[in-house]
Amino acid sequence: MKRNDVKRNSQPATPNSPLANFFRALWAVVWKDLSAEWRSRELLTAMLVFALLVILIFNFALELDARARASVTAGVLWVTFAFAGTLGLNRSMATEKDRGCLDGLLLAPVDRSAIYFGKAVGNLIFMFVVEVIVLPVYSVLYNINLFRPGLLLVILLGSIGYVAVGTLLSTMAVQARTRDILLPILLFPLVVPVMIAAVKASGGFLQNLAWAEVNAWLNILVVYDIIFIAIAFMFFDYVVEE
Amino acid sequence: MITVKKLVKRFGPKTVLRGLDFEVEAGEFVALLGPNGAGKTTFLRILASLSRPAMGEVRIAGYHLPGQAAAVRRRLGVVSHLPLLYGDLTAEENLRFYGRMYAVTELEPRIREVLEMVGLHPRRRDLVRTFSRGMQQRLAIGRAVLHDPEVMLFDEPHTGLDQDACVMLDTVLGEVAARGRTVVMTSHDLARAADLASRFDVLSRGTIVASIRWDEMDTTDNLLAFYRRAVEET
Repeated sequence: MKRNDVKRNSQPATPNSPLANFFRALWAVVWKDLSAEWRSRELLTAMLVFALLVILIFNFALELDARARASVTAGVLWVTFAFAGTLGLNRSMATEKDRGCLDGLLLAPVDRSAIYFGKAVGNLIFMFVVEVIVLPVYSVLYNINLFRPGLLLVILLGSIGYVAVGTLLSTMAVQARTRDILLPILLFPLVVPVMIAAVKASGGFLQNLAWAEVNAWLNILVVYDIIFIAIAFMFFDYVVEE
Repeated sequence: MITVKKLVKRFGPKTVLRGLDFEVEAGEFVALLGPNGAGKTTFLRILASLSRPAMGEVRIAGYHLPGQAAAVRRRLGVVSHLPLLYGDLTAEENLRFYGRMYAVTELEPRIREVLEMVGLHPRRRDLVRTFSRGMQQRLAIGRAVLHDPEVMLFDEPHTGLDQDACVMLDTVLGEVAARGRTVVMTSHDLARAADLASRFDVLSRGTIVASIRWDEMDTTDNLLAFYRRAVEET
């Protein structure tokens, strides 16, 4: 008929070791997210503008003395990170859904958890960029030194936990028509433990409490991170499948 | 190459596919025709391992779904009415990304070869969001054949294209099929399907109700009559 049966001149790529394939796919997703964001700057701009507005509004709303500053800083910081993070998570998955790209990712012959970890690492990098900019601005506006190793450790652990859950839930929410409002509704109840632990541990470091008093909250953060990374690893495949 | 037996798919209380049987030989180009809501896209999504069947057996290139999904995906190229491309990446970057996901060896020469095949090499450094719908669809075909798959699935690839873009797309589709690949394509456009396919299956109410080869019909009018009869009888 209209077709002539010519032999294909090459074979499908042979698979490497599963671990090499996993990290190659993970890195490809991270590279893709960073490259696309470098071009559009949609996600980071929205997160940054929002975060800076929040700390500015709090600065005017709360007239604080030095002691009060130390006690509210942890709360203000984590509210800022959480809401800015939600914006980023929503946008990050929306770009996958827009042109059917999520299907493109799921069609790749890779362990689907590599896609999850690639998206999570990308989201974490965006969150760190916002945090790196917000911290010095906050320090100047509120006249408080936030560059303390303990506090930075809490921000690292808290962000990992937040992004681990957020990436999984944003993948679920993106399938729904009401994805923009669905994500915060699903996410915030689940991140309550990480928020409480992060606020308490951050407050402890800002008030120069002894390590032993903060240690329990840090342990909660570590355990939360491990549990939710493991849950995402096990269930991402089921979350994305029809 | 593709064997499907007693396939059932349900979405909640609604049964979309009802014991569907389907077989495609290696190198065949099968057009899957059917009215809206017949289950064509659902069926193709199951073949593409994007959807899990409720019951039934699916085998592609000797591998069964969903158990050996990764092996199936390695041998599968999918083009849908959505391009599955990132607007903020260039044509070249999109192919590079998918090439890495599929572990394509000698990726850069392969990207060049594919871009030349779909006629987009001169626009390789342009962002995909600046492309027309037709150009995006041609690049989508390039993405789908990048890893040189044995089986191609086309889900309404002409949707939203103007006449010129359709003609250009048909040239690329014909070229893809001429490489001995097994192709399954869903379409509403019988004339275009007739130009490309060698067998026509009619899917209606969740099952294949009729099948015919091009040699048995010869003209598009006969195909249209055959299709109408098959759908009306169900």
